[in-house]
Amino acid sequence: MTTKLFGEPVRRREDARLISGQGRYLDDLGQHALAAAFVRSPHAHARITGIDVDAALEVDGLVAIYTWEDLPEGVCEPLPLLIPHPALTHGRTAYPLAREVVRHVGEPIVMVVARDRYLAEDICSLIEVSYEFLKPVIGLEEAVSGAHLVHEDVPGNVGAHLVQEVPSADGRSAAEAIAAAPHTLSFRLDIERSASMPLEGKGVYARWDADDQSLRIYSSTQTSTSVRMALAAKLGLPLPKVEVIAPDVGGGFGVKIVHPWPEEVLVPWAARVLGQEIKWTEDRREHFIGSAHERAQVQHVQVGFDEAGRVLGLSVEILHDHGAYTHYGIIVPIITSTQLLGPYRIGAYRVEFSSIYTNTVQVTPYRGAGRPQAAFCMERTMDKIAQHLGLDRTEVRAANFIQPDQFPYDQGMIFQDGRPLIYDSGDYPESLRKLKDLIGWDDFPALRESARADGRRLGIGLGCYVEGTGVGPYEGGHIQITSDGRVHVSTGLTSQGQGHETVFAQIAATELGVPIDRVSVVTGDTRRFGYAVGTFASRAAVMSGNAIALACRKVREKALRVAADALEADPRDLEITDGVVHVVGAPAASIPLATVAVLSNPLRYAFDEEAKRATQFASTGGMDRPPVSEGEEPGLEGKDYYSPIRSTFASGMHAAIVETDPDTAEIRILRYAVVHDCGKMINPMLVEGQIHGGVAQGVGGALYEKMVYDDHGQLLNASFMDFLMPYATEIPHIETDHLETPSPLNPLGIKGAGEAGVIPVSAVIAAAIEDAEGLPIDRMPISPSDLHALRQGRGR
Amino acid sequence: MKPPPFDYHAPTSVREAVEVLAEVGAHGKVLAGGQSLIPLLNMRIAAPAHLVDINRVAGLGEIRTDATGVRVGALVRHAAVERSAAASLAQPLLRQALKLVAHPVIRNRGTIVGSLVHADPAAELPAVLALLGGSVRLASTTGEREVAAADFFTGPMESATRPGELAVSAFFPAWDGGTKFLEVARRHGDYAMAGVAAAVRLDEDLRVTAAKVACVSVGPAPVVVDVTAACGGRPVASVEWGSVVAAVQDRIEPEADIHATADYRRHLTGVLVERAIKAAADV
Amino acid sequence: MYDITLIVNGVPREARVPARRLLSDCLRHDLGLTGTHVGCEHGVCGACTVLLDGEPVRSCLTFAVTVDGREITTVEGLATGGRLSPVQRAFAECHGLQCGFCTPGFLCTTTAFLRENPAPTDEEVLEGISGNLCRCTGYQNIVKSVHRAAELLAEEPS
Repeated sequence: MTTKLFGEPVRRREDARLISGQGRYLDDLGQHALAAAFVRSPHAHARITGIDVDAALEVDGLVAIYTWEDLPEGVCEPLPLLIPHPALTHGRTAYPLAREVVRHVGEPIVMVVARDRYLAEDICSLIEVSYEFLKPVIGLEEAVSGAHLVHEDVPGNVGAHLVQEVPSADGRSAAEAIAAAPHTLSFRLDIERSASMPLEGKGVYARWDADDQSLRIYSSTQTSTSVRMALAAKLGLPLPKVEVIAPDVGGGFGVKIVHPWPEEVLVPWAARVLGQEIKWTEDRREHFIGSAHERAQVQHVQVGFDEAGRVLGLSVEILHDHGAYTHYGIIVPIITSTQLLGPYRIGAYRVEFSSIYTNTVQVTPYRGAGRPQAAFCMERTMDKIAQHLGLDRTEVRAANFIQPDQFPYDQGMIFQDGRPLIYDSGDYPESLRKLKDLIGWDDFPALRESARADGRRLGIGLGCYVEGTGVGPYEGGHIQITSDGRVHVSTGLTSQGQGHETVFAQIAATELGVPIDRVSVVTGDTRRFGYAVGTFASRAAVMSGNAIALACRKVREKALRVAADALEADPRDLEITDGVVHVVGAPAASIPLATVAVLSNPLRYAFDEEAKRATQFASTGGMDRPPVSEGEEPGLEGKDYYSPIRSTFASGMHAAIVETDPDTAEIRILRYAVVHDCGKMINPMLVEGQIHGGVAQGVGGALYEKMVYDDHGQLLNASFMDFLMPYATEIPHIETDHLETPSPLNPLGIKGAGEAGVIPVSAVIAAAIEDAEGLPIDRMPISPSDLHALRQGRGR
Repeated sequence: MKPPPFDYHAPTSVREAVEVLAEVGAHGKVLAGGQSLIPLLNMRIAAPAHLVDINRVAGLGEIRTDATGVRVGALVRHAAVERSAAASLAQPLLRQALKLVAHPVIRNRGTIVGSLVHADPAAELPAVLALLGGSVRLASTTGEREVAAADFFTGPMESATRPGELAVSAFFPAWDGGTKFLEVARRHGDYAMAGVAAAVRLDEDLRVTAAKVACVSVGPAPVVVDVTAACGGRPVASVEWGSVVAAVQDRIEPEADIHATADYRRHLTGVLVERAIKAAADV
Repeated sequence: MYDITLIVNGVPREARVPARRLLSDCLRHDLGLTGTHVGCEHGVCGACTVLLDGEPVRSCLTFAVTVDGREITTVEGLATGGRLSPVQRAFAECHGLQCGFCTPGFLCTTTAFLRENPAPTDEEVLEGISGNLCRCTGYQNIVKSVHRAAELLAEEPS
């Protein structure tokens, strides 16, 4: 590694276009495309008895109206259940357009294609759908009672039920360990719904090329390769005739990993049927009621512990609200169950979840994906143990930490990737030490007292987490060095603001020894790279980063081989600096990579001066072997894949000091501190940015955001006016410190960082408010009105 | 979310505007700043057949200030009054309240008179007008009338403006005492869960000779309560706040919504009444 | 339909629009200036913020026909003579953007804000950008960018 860019705060290469209005997001494309809009159910649960389009037919600008009846085989079938699991015994997915029954407000019923979106919406408003009302099932406890069903054939509304049990070292079950423990506690915790809520909604733009019989689709997705395979299958097209491109994507945070969305199937289908370009750009209301939410869980916890606060047995029962459908399977409650133990080594563990249908928008991963709920459960448990024993909250945690010499540490469960939950590395005691320093944990009592003297009420809280990142199965990278010396990097996964163009270029530049400005990176374009999984689970840097590094190493090796031939040197004596291959210690003996690229591709036809060097009569190569040797390929390019044996586990700890107003019950975060360990950092500036953004979403989830459904299944706050995403004025300054415990699992030693910031925030804020108020905070988010009610002893 | 179609009218004089409004009657809606109206149109919650855009009407952009108070024309944006030193001097409560109205960018476009006609009981400006006993001037083809704040806010999102009428200006009287606007919102710039505008007058011995409050988000319209009597003619430091708060809480009718319970709004109003009166007396 | 002329980034541009055409859609789809983004269409997120006669406004809460004849500045017009504006440069320098979707609104808002208040305090910066939502950055680097832009502006020859 001669050009040291890995680990540097390199400025983003994406920004030049994004700050000048030259980004290309979904709705910026296809200026002449027809517009699609949808008639969506205004009711949470109803049988469709009729659809009357007569009035709509009069509108000038109408192109087509489709209902489920109009859809052909393939398209008319339910959307795929993306991640099947043996415990998901009653998985159900929606039809692209509702067939007979609608199960949540917002479910699409009719698709309208018109000259523009204004007209399409006019037409939608003229279509009359008649309904026979069914009883909506709203709220977890109501759903579990099974009095009314979301799906007629799913008894008790239970989609999945899973128990995982890890006995203690001496073979005791959690129940036995708890029964035998000197101290026990049991309690209930609640977390409400929030949502990814990227500032750009979803969107699809499809172009059918009748001459070529091929389909090009642009989608604001987190996985273009998988959208492509799903659509080729649904539409009955040969895979090579379908291209899917994720253009600039205005944030994802999980919701855009779900696919194919109904619109993602219908728009390309209609584009092909009509032979016209069609675009659908999701508006904000559609995003609230037609995409996905996350978080809602009720947890019943039983814990047994000793005098030092060591957990001897832990039993958690989770009710998980997955909404009306299980398009994305049960990944969220699986992650909650398996990541709940965090950095702790506990006696025996039992976790049971039931994933429950309700007549609400489906639940799929949102940044953190079940982990904020897990951290809330475990960290509230730690705090309750500390309070019960009268111990400092950091001491109880320290007593339970897995120690640095205990890695790899097997938690004895199966993780979300179907592989053993084995932590690869970490240093939790050191993280805690850093966190205590950063927030001033030991000085806080004095601060609290001085504030109290001024009539102010302060509290402090902390939270720890471990995050399985970089889940498989694989990602790939492709490198091509062209005869102009440029390096073209591509990988199949997509980008939604993470800065992949920058960090992957840093990796390639470092591995190849070329200036970064000669490297360009393409992500999420199936024309460039066809095999990929997608961007989720804090996996992009780990997966594609390593794949790109491996591919670079292949190309480098080849470049050195070709250069060695030309320089008549031993490849082992060569290195690449600033894009030039040279003999170590003899800089005059050198050859630019551009020339190596020329020589690597034996030519018959010259296309420029440089290319002449590779033509058949110019070559001085030996006549005893073919121009392209056996096992070689023409060109200076290479491809490789990274497929990890299992996930790598990042970790972190947060602490906050909050102030609560004794009169108004307003809650203000005075300080917020983060210690974060994602292994080796490729670009610390971008890692910090990820943390800031994650914490801000965590603060949103802790203090502001929730999805409020009424008993009829109406989402009462389906707008930015009432779904309270924080502005700059609501987010505290975030102080950060880092640890770099390399992962032994991958060549670069890196771990994922994308979701980390959000995970412990609700736990931390709850702990700090509890500390300030002396009231148990067992339900999040919490508003001033909620806190006031708690103070009045009325609960919520 | 695209607005439904409407017939568009762009009069250039008040006379022309009221003629159009008379013609379209209840099917017409006035567009000034549009910061409340256009979201309703985009969400298709409102679908007026006619939109009368008064942005080109001459003579509605004036802020007139004198010792008696501040008169603002129908095209005066929030930001203009917020920046006006003269308006702030004549009636400081205006700037205090305006800083709490949404966000700066919204205030660049939104109009003071528009906020009054919109008559949102959670909004700040109706409370200010009500507290100060101001008025709104309404024009129609038959002439003009001046409606006192007490008669102007008739219900949630309802004002005394009749079909065919155009609110051409509003008058905020001066107050020879201290004022303060305090509120608690979920996020900075959101509609308040509770808010209190207070106006206080003290004598030379700092005894409260007049005190009144206007409360937002706790009734169908701003709730104005004169608490002079409850202050008992005492200096602020020795006022019995319990009875002042009770006097206000007796008059408000808070309702629960997704952001706050009725009980919390009642409590919060009480807290803010005390804080606002104290702060107003401090000025 | 109405024939309107907008002076966009200094250039007169004509469009034929229905009265209900939002300024945001007019800029994006009639004039092809897609740098202005639409995040909510109810005036809360601020992504669509443009400058109307120099003042930031929500283009999703403005009808194009209302502003016939007026001057509009969009993100595409912030750079001058091929050089990025100090505000643009500051956002890139301070990592003030991630997905970039909200960025044009922040850039326009900040440009006008610093014109009025060239040396803001932290609190004033927060107030100045308080009407713009960002879901990626947690705002910390945006606040930093605004301060940095103020520095760069102060260094500019006036």
